[in-house]
Amino acid sequence: MAESVTVENLSFWFGKQQVLKDISLSAQAREVTALIGPSGCGKTTLLRCINRLYRLYSGASITGKITVGTENVLDPRIDQVELRRRVGMIFQKPNPFPHLSIFENVAAGIRLHGLAQGREVAERVESCLKKVALWEEVKDRLDRPGTMLSIGQQQRLCFARTLAVEPRVFLMDEPCASLDPVSTMRIEELIRELHKEYTVIIVTHNMQQAARISQQTAFVLNGEVVEVGRTAEMFVRTRDERTEAYLTGKMG
Amino acid sequence: MACPSGDKVGEGFFPYLTASAAALLLLLVAGILLIVFRGAWPALHTFGLAFLFETVWNPVADVYGAAPAILGTIITSLLALALAGPLGVGTAIFLSELAPLWLRKPASFVVELLAAVPSIVYGLWGLFVLAPIMRTVVGAWLEKNLGFLPMFQGPSIGVGVLTASVVLTIVILPTITAISREVMRAVPSELREGMYALGATRWEVISRVVLPNSRTGILGALLLALGRAIGEAMAVTMVIGNANAIPTSFLAPAQTAASQIVNEFPEAFDLHLSSLFLLGLVLLVITLVINASAVWLVYRTNQNAGGALIRHER
Ligand SMILES: Nc1ncnc2c1ncn2[C@@H]1O[C@H](COP(=O)(O)OP(=O)(O)OP(=O)(O)O)[C@@H](O)[C@H]1O
Ligand SMILES: [Mg+2]
Repeated sequence: MAESVTVENLSFWFGKQQVLKDISLSAQAREVTALIGPSGCGKTTLLRCINRLYRLYSGASITGKITVGTENVLDPRIDQVELRRRVGMIFQKPNPFPHLSIFENVAAGIRLHGLAQGREVAERVESCLKKVALWEEVKDRLDRPGTMLSIGQQQRLCFARTLAVEPRVFLMDEPCASLDPVSTMRIEELIRELHKEYTVIIVTHNMQQAARISQQTAFVLNGEVVEVGRTAEMFVRTRDERTEAYLTGKMG
Repeated sequence: MACPSGDKVGEGFFPYLTASAAALLLLLVAGILLIVFRGAWPALHTFGLAFLFETVWNPVADVYGAAPAILGTIITSLLALALAGPLGVGTAIFLSELAPLWLRKPASFVVELLAAVPSIVYGLWGLFVLAPIMRTVVGAWLEKNLGFLPMFQGPSIGVGVLTASVVLTIVILPTITAISREVMRAVPSELREGMYALGATRWEVISRVVLPNSRTGILGALLLALGRAIGEAMAVTMVIGNANAIPTSFLAPAQTAASQIVNEFPEAFDLHLSSLFLLGLVLLVITLVINASAVWLVYRTNQNAGGALIRHER
């Protein structure tokens, strides 16, 4: 049950520094939206607004509206725990919990929210690990630490961990940035599978990757969305010369 | 000892320097052990293992039993650990996870300063500030309301087991807090974020990510503090009352191994002196055992990381 994400007139400040400037963007359900743009332009910040993870920062202020499904998630009355369950996040650096086994890493969110008990936990863990194509590789060592896996496997473990709490939206912050080409291909395959059921918003520095996996691309520059369009069209014919410059490697 | 990189001079010279420093340290420890053991030999020869269980320590009759001092040491340091452990770890959680950002740095700095205060200062404070309060307020209240229990029997004279434990608590509190805060800070923020992103509350992040990932260090901090409490001499000597008897009440004066050595060493001769050496040897062995178990526990928790300990938490 994917939910669309709509960002309207979003502005964001770290103290006095304005990082996002009046951003409007809409990510359709069951589509992959890629965010591209030079380093420091505010892509990570934008993602973290959507699941309100920015609240961990000190001195952050925000205006505008972000709708996930039908709710404005910037409404202070919203249940943050429930929101983050619905909006899962994958980080740039795989971050499995080192004190937990492979099994318990996937079960962490299930236990956190009491989503299943007893045998049912194991069934869910298994099905999530299968979805990320990790089951065959780890089924004989589920009780080993999650950090024992290769980096690529760790990232897939993080996908499984997020899947286990049944989100509607996946936010991914350069999920392949620390992976080798083969692991990257496997994550891309996974994303192509996932977007059939979920809304995916992915930050990437890799243009080919954006072209391969996304349906929509937004180009962010200095905290503004300079251009949004269907990926297939955008990479053929950009409307904004700044996007053109970035895509052809004259910028960033 | 081959280093793959580095200049030739450092390569040839440095390993020898560090190796000889390490050897010197080992020699020093061996020397200390030898001297203590040699000093303790006459008493060990006279009393044997009974030294540990005999309850009479009487220099006039020249008989020495260490049970009161050993028990006093164990009771005061365990009580101090029981008080300072939760308080210190709690404070560390506050400083590392909960306090507003502007407060964290200065407050942590103050804690670290407290850790550097010489314990004699806490001893003086204990004698002149704490002891009167213990006598007239805390001790008096305990005696009046719980005095029917043998362990809170009066009279409440201000110095004694409880006062010494409270002073020890304050001596070891900064150590526990500072180390625990340090190891909690060392938990990568990506792990916290990962848990938040799953929909955890602040408390859930603390209990499911921060504490499990710093428990080895916290355990180390607690054991280190216990070792410090056991070995602490000056502060305890000033407030424990120095009575050579098995403590039966928290309000009664008592003795610890360290305070006994401090008190009697200057005037001791012959068998008395040797018995103090033996007491020192016992102290040494106890601290060695604690440190060894610390190392063993840390090793074991590392082996278990991600294993059964966490499995059945819910
Ligand atoms: N915690 C923070 N406190 C203050 N400023 C921050 C913080 N995090 C990011 N910034 C600033 O906000 C701006 C946007 O950062 P952000 O991380 O969103 O960029 P990004 O587009 O994700 O960059 P990259 O591609 O390098 O990951 C940068 O100028 C950065 O310096
Ligand atoms: Mg980023």
